[in-house]
Amino acid sequence: MKDHRGRPRVVVTGMGLVTALGRDLPSTWAGLMEGRSGIRPITRFNTTGMRSRIGGCVDFPGDVPGRPLTVAQRLIALGELALDEALAMAGLPKPFPGPLSLGLPPTELEWPARADIMLRAQGTTNRDLAIASTGMPEVHRVQQVVEPVRHFAARYGTRGFPQAVTTACASGASAIQMAVEAIRRGETDCVLSGGCEASMTPETMIRFSLLQALSARNDPPETASRPFSLTRDGFIMGDGAAGLVLESMEHATARGATILGEILGVGERADTFHRTRSSPDGLAISGAVENALRDAGLDADAIGYINAHGTSTPENDKMEAMAMHLVFGEICPPISSTKSMLGHTLSAAGAIEAVICLLALRHQMLPPTINQTDTDMALGVDVVPNMARPHGFSAALSNSFGFGGQNVCVVLGRG
Amino acid sequence: MKRVCITGVGLISSLGVGRQAHLPLGPARRDEDNFAPFPIHPLPALGMESVIPRREYRQMENFQRLGTYAAGLAIADADAAALVAGMDLVVAAGGGERDWGLDEAIQAELLAIPAQGREAWLHQKLADGLRPTLFLAQLPNLLAGSISIVHHVAGSSRTLMGEEGAGAEALRVAAARIAAGTSEMVLVGGGVIAERWDVMLAFGAALHHGPWCPTAERDGLVMGSQAGFMVLESEDHARARQARILAVLRDVRVDAGAEEGRAACFAALAPASGGLSVAPMRAMMVPGAEMLADAIGSGFEASFPVGVALAALRVEAGAPPIAVHGFGHGYGEFSALVEPCP
Repeated sequence: MKDHRGRPRVVVTGMGLVTALGRDLPSTWAGLMEGRSGIRPITRFNTTGMRSRIGGCVDFPGDVPGRPLTVAQRLIALGELALDEALAMAGLPKPFPGPLSLGLPPTELEWPARADIMLRAQGTTNRDLAIASTGMPEVHRVQQVVEPVRHFAARYGTRGFPQAVTTACASGASAIQMAVEAIRRGETDCVLSGGCEASMTPETMIRFSLLQALSARNDPPETASRPFSLTRDGFIMGDGAAGLVLESMEHATARGATILGEILGVGERADTFHRTRSSPDGLAISGAVENALRDAGLDADAIGYINAHGTSTPENDKMEAMAMHLVFGEICPPISSTKSMLGHTLSAAGAIEAVICLLALRHQMLPPTINQTDTDMALGVDVVPNMARPHGFSAALSNSFGFGGQNVCVVLGRG
Repeated sequence: MKRVCITGVGLISSLGVGRQAHLPLGPARRDEDNFAPFPIHPLPALGMESVIPRREYRQMENFQRLGTYAAGLAIADADAAALVAGMDLVVAAGGGERDWGLDEAIQAELLAIPAQGREAWLHQKLADGLRPTLFLAQLPNLLAGSISIVHHVAGSSRTLMGEEGAGAEALRVAAARIAAGTSEMVLVGGGVIAERWDVMLAFGAALHHGPWCPTAERDGLVMGSQAGFMVLESEDHARARQARILAVLRDVRVDAGAEEGRAACFAALAPASGGLSVAPMRAMMVPGAEMLADAIGSGFEASFPVGVALAALRVEAGAPPIAVHGFGHGYGEFSALVEPCP
C-alpha cells in the first residue's frame, strides 16, 4: 500500500479516451494496434490558403461548417466522453469523492462569437463591442477560462475548486502529477484527472504556423505526422481527451475496485534556456526523466517502453532522442510516438499518452510509430516502426515537453 | 505538518511598487476615460523595460512582464536569489492579451465582406497581421516560463487557470506542499493587466460601467492592474537560512459552490465579520471587512495572492492576524489567515 518512500501508492481504476481514432478507449486502442492514422482534412472551417489544412479531428453533430463548436464547447463534449468512460470503468458513484485536476488549454473569444457581438454593436471599435457585450451575460459566462472545469465539477460533483492546469503541451502530465501529489499528501483518496484539447481553430492554427511548428505536408494527410523520420516537418494538431480515475491503492483495494495500473513516479524539470527550444545539452529533458525515475524508485533499466513526446518537429525528435541516450545509454528501450496516428493533442497529450502506456502494459503490446519509410537512423532509437508488436515489460515512461520549458515525465506500472 | 511562512513579497498595483506604495494604501488611482464606460485602476509608469532584459522583454506581453517583475521582487525580498535552482513555482494566470489593434482593424471591415468569402478573408488577415511571437506572449503558462528564464527558477512549475479561484487554489497548493514537506520553497502568485479591451469585450456583462463607485455599491467588477508573488517556505527552512519571516500563512481554504449555493459555501470558509476582502462586488459581502478593490480594483487570478501579500506586509509591520477572504466574480470562494510568526 506504500511506495519506496512510504507514500501511498497511486493506482488507476478508470480510464477513458477520445481521439481521432475513436470515441472510446477500445476503438482508439484498436486503431493504434492496427497502426491506423486518424489524420484527415479539416472540414469544420475553411482552410483555404492555410499552411496546414489537416488534423486529428473529432467532430460533433454541432459542428456546422463555418460555425464549429467553440473551443470550450468541444472541450466539454470531449471531456464528458472521456470522463464518463473512466468513471463507469472505476465504478465510482456521483458525487465523485475527490477533486478534479485536468490539463486544458486557455479559451478566448473566437471570431464567430465576436461577429455575434458585432451584430448588437453600434459600431466596429473595441469600445462599441465591449458596450454591446454588457447586455450579453451568456458571452461572459462561456468566456470565463474556468467554464469547462466548472461544467465538469458540476457534472461529476467533484470536491473543492476544480484545477484547470496548463503547462502547454505538458498540461495533461502536469494534471496527473498534481493529482498524484494530492493523494500522496493524504489530502484525498482519489482524484478525477486527465486532459482535454480542442484548440484546433483557424486562429490557433495560424499562430502555430507563424511559429513554423506545423507540418505543411497536407497530402495525403495520413502520412504527415512522421516522428523520427528524415522528412518530419512539423506537428499535426489533434482533438482529444483522456480521463483517469486515480486512487490510493488502499482506497481502491478497500472498495474492491479493479486496479488497471499504477502511477509509479512523476518528475519534471523546468528548462530556463528558451521559450520554444530545449537547452542544447539535453539536460533539462534527461533531468525530468531522471527525476521521474528517482520518484518511482526505479533504475533506468526497469523501463521497458517509452511513449515519446515525439511531435514530428525536426527539433523535438532530435533533442528527445539525444536526451533518452543520456539517460538510457547507447541502447534505449523501444520508443514510439502515438502522435504519428493521433496528431499532437497538446494539453491532453500527456494524459492520453499515459493511458496508452497503461493499455500497452496491460496488453503487453507496443503501439507503433507509423509513417516510417525513412526513419532517421542517426537518432539511434527503435521507434517500433509501422507495426504494433508484443513486448514483455513492467514499467513505461511517458514524456511531455511544453513551450515555456516545461518538461514532465510519468512512470507507469501494471499495478 | 510544517508551519508555512511567507518570507518574501512582490507586490505591484495601480498604487505603485512594494511596501512604500501599499503601507498604508494611498488614495486610489483611477482612469475613467481611456476605457470608458469601464473605469479601471491603471498601472503607473513602472520602467519594467529596465528591470527585464531587453531580449526577453520584447517576447513578453504585459501580464507576463508585470508578473515577472513582481516575482523578481519577491525573490529579492526573500533574499533567495541563490536558491532559485531548486525553487518550485505555482502561478495563476488567464488567457494572454490579444492584438486588439489588429482585432479592431479586422472588425472595421468584417461585416462588409460577402459572407461567401468571409472566412478565407479573415484567415488571410490574421495570417498577415499577427506577429509570429505573439502566441508565446499569450500563453498563460509562459508567465511561469518567463519567470524561469528571467529569474532562473528551475524547480517544478505549474500554472492554474480559472479567474479568481485559480489564484486561491494556486496558493492553497503551494502552502500544502510546504506544509507536507514535499517542497522546500515555493514562489507563488499571479499578475493581471486591466488595460485590455479584449477582456472587456468578453467580460462586459460582469463589469461595472459608468462612474466609479465603491465595491459595496456595485454589482459589477472594476478591473485593476496588479501582481502579487510570495516566497513560501517552512519555518525550519527559513530559520536554517536565517531568513526574515514576514508572516505565517494558515488555513488556505478554497471551494466552489454551485450558483445557488455560493453564499453558504463562502460563509463556511470566511469569518462572519471583518478582515481584508478581495471581493470584486457587493454580493456576499462580510460586514466590517476592508474592501481592497476600492483601492486597487480587481485582478482576477492575481486578486487573492495580492490580498495575502498585502496582509503579510501589514503583519510584518505589527498588525494583528488578518483574515483575507473573497470570491470569484463568477465562481469560487476562498479565505486564508495571515498571522505574525510566534
